[in-house]
Amino acid sequence: MTEERDALIEAVREFAEAELAPNAARWDAEKHFPIDTLRRAGDLGLGGVYVREEFGGSELSRLDAVAIFEELAKGDTTIAAYISIHNMVAWMIDTFGDAAQRERWIPGLAAMTALGSYCLTEPGAGSDAAAITTSARRDGDDYVLNGVKQFVSGAGSSAVYIVMARTGEAGAKGISAIVVPDGTPGLSFGRNEQKMGWNAQPTRQVVFDEVRVPVSNRLGAESAGFGIALKGLDGGRLNIAACSLGGAQWALDRALRYVHERETFGAPLAANQSIMFTLADMETELQAARALLERAATKLDEGAPDVVTACAMAKRFATDAAFNVANTALQLHGGYGYLHEYGIERVVRDLRVHQILEGTNEIMRLIVGRNLVNRL
Amino acid sequence: MKIIVLVKEVPDTYGERKLDLETGLADRGASEAVLDEISERALEVALAYADAAGEAEVVVLSMAPESAAATIRKGLAMGAASAVHVSDPGLAGADLGLTARTIAAAIRRTGFDLVITGNLSTDGSGGVLAAMLAELLEVPNATALSSVEIAGDSVSGTRSTDDGYMRVSAPLPAVISITEALPDARFPNFKGIMAAKKKPFETLSAADLEIDPADVSVAASIMTGIAEKPPRSAGVKITDEGDGGTKIAEYLIANRLV
Repeated sequence: MTEERDALIEAVREFAEAELAPNAARWDAEKHFPIDTLRRAGDLGLGGVYVREEFGGSELSRLDAVAIFEELAKGDTTIAAYISIHNMVAWMIDTFGDAAQRERWIPGLAAMTALGSYCLTEPGAGSDAAAITTSARRDGDDYVLNGVKQFVSGAGSSAVYIVMARTGEAGAKGISAIVVPDGTPGLSFGRNEQKMGWNAQPTRQVVFDEVRVPVSNRLGAESAGFGIALKGLDGGRLNIAACSLGGAQWALDRALRYVHERETFGAPLAANQSIMFTLADMETELQAARALLERAATKLDEGAPDVVTACAMAKRFATDAAFNVANTALQLHGGYGYLHEYGIERVVRDLRVHQILEGTNEIMRLIVGRNLVNRL
Repeated sequence: MKIIVLVKEVPDTYGERKLDLETGLADRGASEAVLDEISERALEVALAYADAAGEAEVVVLSMAPESAAATIRKGLAMGAASAVHVSDPGLAGADLGLTARTIAAAIRRTGFDLVITGNLSTDGSGGVLAAMLAELLEVPNATALSSVEIAGDSVSGTRSTDDGYMRVSAPLPAVISITEALPDARFPNFKGIMAAKKKPFETLSAADLEIDPADVSVAASIMTGIAEKPPRSAGVKITDEGDGGTKIAEYLIANRLV
């Protein structure tokens, strides 16, 4: 088992070192979304990491997945994070789709010849996701969608959009998950958002204007969409946290090398106890984050009853710890850390958003806190 | 068509490579162990042919310590159909003669139409194993090929020399060795890695091959001394006092660098 995971991780490392790391700075600067590289990621098996083998998935465990995304993120955190979102979409179709839906969409998603996007957040509904207003009106055997989705990763490049839309009453119980293929009349996209980081993947609004899709594009039962959306996010949160961990580990490794090589006042930086303490804290925080992530991934694999809180805790802790470690690595590099060419500031910018998306870290605390209080 | 590709686990060239001064063997703990890149290229030649021809069976074969099994399995993950691992504590430190006799016995036992090896391993750098195997197997040998074409009953290719290149060919069965001019190997993918554990993996001892590593009736090389590589000394500094160019030329000539 260990030998097999080692082999998987080595394959990911080879891919990340050959295909991602040499290009990460340029893709960030040029805001280039490397679709051709994603195809090669698909060849490796990264399109459906924990999707069943039947239609082309790799059918690995969540425990494998967090190790894979950590390694991938060492090459490029933004591309690793996009691939993690793509996997969430593929998994949702594989898990909640019927045989016909899986046969139609999984092969392309697994090969990454077709990319996937997840559409939940709206301009007026972020953390309060049950307040979404995008509607899917039933018209015979079709749904007709109207509304706007915000902050959609991969929008404009994806072949498949999973859209959470209101098919019934207000609140969480009136939402369905509907697959909208690219090219459907009435589907359009906003401008590529100007962002602090995550520049190598596009983020756009997705606009639905009388978009008509067959009812057979709905995943699961009508009104089951909110639960499907949240289940997707449980695993998504772990993968995003794993991407944070990979980026931070890379930054720590860089910082370690730098404090050995850089001399101040006649001695290497590493000779200072304050530097040593800082490095020790960085390492400890990342090890703790990895342990929490592995714990949550195991619970997800086993279907443990407390999986939601385990994932929320891991996401909150790991994304905070990783951002702080990357930011500290920047500080250890002094002025050089602030330069694009060292790559550290890019990772800091990229990791910042992991504390916000796939459920803000405040929402993660709400999940954990509510669960605690409700035990009383 | 059965193609055997010889693969070797070597210390990563990016890491520090050291000899154990007690045993004279490579210190395998000193750096990360990897599949030799030239082995990967040799395997790629076989796999590319198998992809195109459809009916070729590719076997990876290695004589290596027990710990090398994971590295050999990478060959299966890349696409080889089965693996043969000759592993025997008695073979530790085997010289080229014993290595060639053992591998030839394993090749004969496995059966082959074509054997493909790298021209030179990254660690031992012997560069003669392919020729020794061909001699022992009594088949033709084409070494240091920078291009390879495999047909149903023959193999041909380009062999680079200092003066130019020659076109060579041989009927099968044959042994060839290839150079780094051949393409990079494919990445193993997740499916390949997961499938690798279900593929045949045969482990053989020297006795299984009727090889006695301690047989003193066969000529063998004996290591008589070993020393650590001397530390690098500072380079020669030439101060230009009007004759800098002459001094540089003299230095290059004295060290046979021009």
